[in-house]
Amino acid sequence: MNSRSNILKKIAENKPASESLPVLRFDDTIHYADKQAQFIKALQNVVAEVLEFYGYAAINTLYKNLQAAGKKIVNTIPEIDDVNNQLPSLSAENLAGVEIAFIKGLVAVAENGAVWVTEEQMQNRLLPFICEHLYLVIERENIVDTMHQAYQKIDTAASGFGVFIAGPSKTADIEQSLVIGAHGPKKTTIIIIN
Amino acid sequence: MGKPVHSILSKNFIADNDRTDWHDETLWMVRKKRDYASSQIPEWETLRQWASQIKAHTLSNLDHYLTVFEKNANANGIQVHWAANAAEHNEIIYGIIKQTGISSMVKSKSMLTEECHLNEYLQDKGLQVTDTDLGEWIIQLRKEHPSHIVLPAIHLKKKDVSDTFHQHIQTEKNNNDPKYLTTAARHHLRNIFIKSKLAITGVNFAIAETGGIVICTNEGNADMGVHGAAVHIACMGIEKIIPETLHLSIFLRLLARSATGQAITTYSSHFTSPRKGQQMHIVIVDNGRTRLLGNNNFRNSLKCIRCAACFNTCPVYRKTGGHSYHSIVAGPIGSILNPNTDIKANADLPFACTLCGSCSNVCPVKIDIHNQLWIWRQQISKEGYAGKTKSLSMKVMAYILSHPNVYRFSGNVFRMTLKYFPFIVKNKLNPWYRQREMPEAPKKSFRQWYIQKQKSEFKKQHIKKDS
Repeated sequence: MNSRSNILKKIAENKPASESLPVLRFDDTIHYADKQAQFIKALQNVVAEVLEFYGYAAINTLYKNLQAAGKKIVNTIPEIDDVNNQLPSLSAENLAGVEIAFIKGLVAVAENGAVWVTEEQMQNRLLPFICEHLYLVIERENIVDTMHQAYQKIDTAASGFGVFIAGPSKTADIEQSLVIGAHGPKKTTIIIIN
Repeated sequence: MGKPVHSILSKNFIADNDRTDWHDETLWMVRKKRDYASSQIPEWETLRQWASQIKAHTLSNLDHYLTVFEKNANANGIQVHWAANAAEHNEIIYGIIKQTGISSMVKSKSMLTEECHLNEYLQDKGLQVTDTDLGEWIIQLRKEHPSHIVLPAIHLKKKDVSDTFHQHIQTEKNNNDPKYLTTAARHHLRNIFIKSKLAITGVNFAIAETGGIVICTNEGNADMGVHGAAVHIACMGIEKIIPETLHLSIFLRLLARSATGQAITTYSSHFTSPRKGQQMHIVIVDNGRTRLLGNNNFRNSLKCIRCAACFNTCPVYRKTGGHSYHSIVAGPIGSILNPNTDIKANADLPFACTLCGSCSNVCPVKIDIHNQLWIWRQQISKEGYAGKTKSLSMKVMAYILSHPNVYRFSGNVFRMTLKYFPFIVKNKLNPWYRQREMPEAPKKSFRQWYIQKQKSEFKKQHIKKDS
């Protein structure tokens, strides 16, 4: 029994005559006059917190303050602080108590508040999900209008794992009541560097 | 008890008026959110058209794209398996698990594994499977099935969830606060996530170009499971393939807006290769899909991206609840898919529909859902599965409608009956009278009214001419 060849044979027998792909005119899709303003609006809709900083020095101050407050922080951004090179090999047990993580996003999407992060930035695939409070840092010039422009800018195959993150984890599975903090972070802060 | 039938099962659901109204209104609210979200995108209709055409193109070259996907996935270090049916799907997964020696695992939402009854199969083998989507976990604890493909526990009230949690994870009795209950589930499941070494997930999109898959969740449960696990098994139907990464931009813009009115799900996770040291498997499943592909009438149903917009808008679904459909995929799309797997057992489903067409209007990939349901009805009646009462009444109707004199006569009789002998119609034996008032009978038929009107018009004109 070879299900692979059977399935492919059945498809070849049953598929209809080839239909052509549509011509995709992404330039004709929505463009926002102020991408940053739209991005912030979209972030508010997904219950994310927004901070606007000028340069990494301000993030540094924030980071130091959080450290001084005794928070368990994992940093993955070299501009902020040294990055622990053991990070990629840490297990779920190792990361279980992480309160805060700082990760850099590559592209931000104005229409929906999503930020693209790959394995290279997060260092450990579990980190953006297992931390309680996620800080995503995005540079202003990397905000694009929609998912169309985002996918034109990124190369998903270049990383083993990549994710669009739009706000903190959430659920409405109990009577459609929105609860922030399902299995992932309870809070997400997007830092836009102007 | 005979085989489950939608109309009979619905009675259980609608027995509780308040709950029925809540269900109806809540899903309508989700439908309205979808309307608002789609209205914010000027090119919405273009996106639907593109998505529909991309799916049509992919289906017409499905063997090509599946082999391209497999080649690229293999190159990424993913092991690809093929399953002809549910039994083989389950056997393949069990085979992988057995080799690892792992006995407890986490699962994120996958309608395909529900379709194949994977949980029951693995539990019978002595394995421990924990569903981690909150809604799925609630119904797993209650030993129920999802009543909705996106909102699995939408048939339950917070009191029900509170009781279930009190029983299983000792939450405070009668604490019905969704935040409290969700937090309790988070704590309980987090321990399971951290210990679990094997994760089973579904697939939202598989991209031929990259050999990678995309999984969308709001809770982050798929990621919490997969990234901590040594083994990831992802299950997909053959129709989940799309050709290119760029096409994802269209589907991701449509999916969450159509499903819940969100602009995008919290997480759209792109798995292209396993983590260093991790095993990743993809199981590609047919289970009747190639048969649908060969059917001109129903092929389009394979375009479905499982957003459930058709559920939320459907007046029958909203009023009767998912369990009345006695199938894993309920709602309008389920009523197309289920007769394909078993026409006899699901012969009632295409009739659980008013043919209003709202489902087709909201479908993000433009499936002609109501049209396909109408075609199923004809096929089911022709093959003799429609049920005796329905077939007989249809035959009587067909006879009346094709004989004008009989039609006129029966119309007169019915109007007279409603006027002089209403009890013949207004009684419990008439299913149309249950929960409905019968209409006031008009004094004359449309035909009588029209003839009289023509006559008087004719008279008026001639009188005018004469004078």
